[in-house]
Amino acid sequence: MENTPTGTQQHAADTQTITPTPTGFYGPFGGAYVPEILYKCVHDLQDAYLPIIRSEEFQREYASLLRDYVGRPSPLYYARRMSEKYGCKLYLKREDLNHTGAHKINNTIGQILLAKKMGKTRIIAETGAGQHGVATATVCALMDMKCEVFMGATDVERQHTNVERMKMLGATVNPVRTGNMTLSDACSQAIRDWCCHPDDTFYIVGSTMGPHPYPDIVAKMQSVISEELKWQLEEKIGRDYPDYLIACVGGGSNAAGTIYHYVDDPRVKIVLAEAGGCGIKSGHTAATIHCGTEGIIHGARTLVMQTDDGQIEEAFTISAGLDYPGIGPMHANLAKQGREQVLAINDDEAIYAGYELTRMEGIIPAIESAHAVAALAKLKFKPTDVVVLTVSGRGDKDVNTYLNNKHMAREYGNF
Amino acid sequence: MNKINQLFDSPLEQRGTGTPSLPGKLLSLYFCAGCPELNMTADVILTLQRRGISMIEVGIPFSDPLADGPVVQSAGTVALHNGMTLSLLFDQLEAIKQQVTIPLVLMGYLNVVMHYGIEAFFKRCVACGVSGCIIPDLPFKDYMDVVKPIADKYDVRVIMMITPETSAERVRFIDEHTNGFIYMVSSASVTGAQSHFNESKVAYFERINAMNLKNPRMIGFGISNKQTLQSAQANAAGAIIGSKFVTLLNETHNADQAIDQLYEALGK
Repeated sequence: MENTPTGTQQHAADTQTITPTPTGFYGPFGGAYVPEILYKCVHDLQDAYLPIIRSEEFQREYASLLRDYVGRPSPLYYARRMSEKYGCKLYLKREDLNHTGAHKINNTIGQILLAKKMGKTRIIAETGAGQHGVATATVCALMDMKCEVFMGATDVERQHTNVERMKMLGATVNPVRTGNMTLSDACSQAIRDWCCHPDDTFYIVGSTMGPHPYPDIVAKMQSVISEELKWQLEEKIGRDYPDYLIACVGGGSNAAGTIYHYVDDPRVKIVLAEAGGCGIKSGHTAATIHCGTEGIIHGARTLVMQTDDGQIEEAFTISAGLDYPGIGPMHANLAKQGREQVLAINDDEAIYAGYELTRMEGIIPAIESAHAVAALAKLKFKPTDVVVLTVSGRGDKDVNTYLNNKHMAREYGNF
Repeated sequence: MNKINQLFDSPLEQRGTGTPSLPGKLLSLYFCAGCPELNMTADVILTLQRRGISMIEVGIPFSDPLADGPVVQSAGTVALHNGMTLSLLFDQLEAIKQQVTIPLVLMGYLNVVMHYGIEAFFKRCVACGVSGCIIPDLPFKDYMDVVKPIADKYDVRVIMMITPETSAERVRFIDEHTNGFIYMVSSASVTGAQSHFNESKVAYFERINAMNLKNPRMIGFGISNKQTLQSAQANAAGAIIGSKFVTLLNETHNADQAIDQLYEALGK
């Protein structure tokens, strides 16, 4: 049974799953709250996506590109020194080793194949910090498709290198000068463009956000992460599940991929790290699960950080990739059910954890992933616990942020 | 009787008088509450009423409008910056309730309405003399299951939109389950700049017109001159102008002057 704004009806069996109802609901969250001008675009995609994704042809091409182009499977690495420090068996799922340096490309590869199968010839995307824009521009170059990226004018200024990367890859970057000139405004502009070009254009969404079917599409494209974990764990520890899964969560795509095949397995504890910014009580935070209330953002019903008047608030965090005032609807539901334990990790804790992983394992994580690393210090493990932590991306893009915040790195900051 | 229904039942010769409209056709304007100035709402509404406007859409600003045109989106940004809220808007409307004779339609996104409380929203609409609302991102199922029963209880009309891509089946469904008017928009949300409607737009107007719907239609996009106004009005009960008026109001900060300039543009 579908849920409505009263949020009263739901099947008990649906409460802990990562698969939405046919109309895109995860418990009371999700759905497609879109204006009529978007109805056809969204509806056509809802009808098209599952048959295409399930087809043998799509699966074959997708698997082959993930293997030969992205470089999958990504390694599952036993982190010996960190394991000793935290008193558990810590394995890192190395999404940072993917082509373009993060998990984002798992999704853009899948969506561009979907676009091709739907006969689309032009790709649009929104981007905040530029990571999703670069991942989209990359697959457009690969597939020889026209690519237009919408990016807030403020972000264009702040993320100069990624803008140049997108241009080098052949994409057109459109600075958006409405509103606050950041990610939200880029989303609106991309959606407007989609409305204007419904026939030839496919909108590649970067996270488990937006109207149904996007959260499901993105989760399915990222589910390769936990699919690999199953056999990698079997190989390494003789059983196909861990005791803990840890990932960072902003919109929620790498988290969805990490937990996808384990959501219904009660043996696996799920811990997600959201960006606390300066602290959840500071007013400068991106911790949506902690601070959000039910609302609608970008076409999805979910938890949203908003004012008393129902205006969506800006998110604050040192991490551009977690800087979103909403959260994927499946995470809102799983957190509400208690299936996901969600920790708020503040900027200083994330910076410290980023340095820690760098010094102890020789891996500079993306500042987003460093939030997941920081969760380790907040959990109590048994020595036998197998903990899998997804390193969603590499930290090359964040070197300046790390250097500018050395004072948060404590013993590691002295260099 | 609801003022929206009254308007569409009114004698043709009373409609659109004093405006550049075709004979017997309605002219409706949109503006965003709180833009360009926080406390202009009452003045704008009363001026528009005095100048022959038949119905007013009052925009409730929202931080994250999905698919508004750039002009309307920017107006919302200004309004929020000025401090506009839904509660304040209701207060402003309540203060002029006795003076307003034409229907007012609130237009805003579902998040703001939900946050206010759906029942509380409609209750306050009645108290403030609001006859209808347009919630662009309200899915039809949510309308039927949750919103419509409450709106009906308070006798407030919920107006639905259709586009050239809306299937005939869906148009029929909307017609069957609403009772006010149907708001016809373009699929392409580029507003204001057209000098005339192309053949496919006119074909869309004519196709919907030929469906013999029970609800009257208002056409609301891209109207900025005589040709587009007349083309829209010839194919519907009337026309709604948004971006063009919002732009003029922004430039003049004066509703009378904005109307003067609008009527001049629409006469050409």
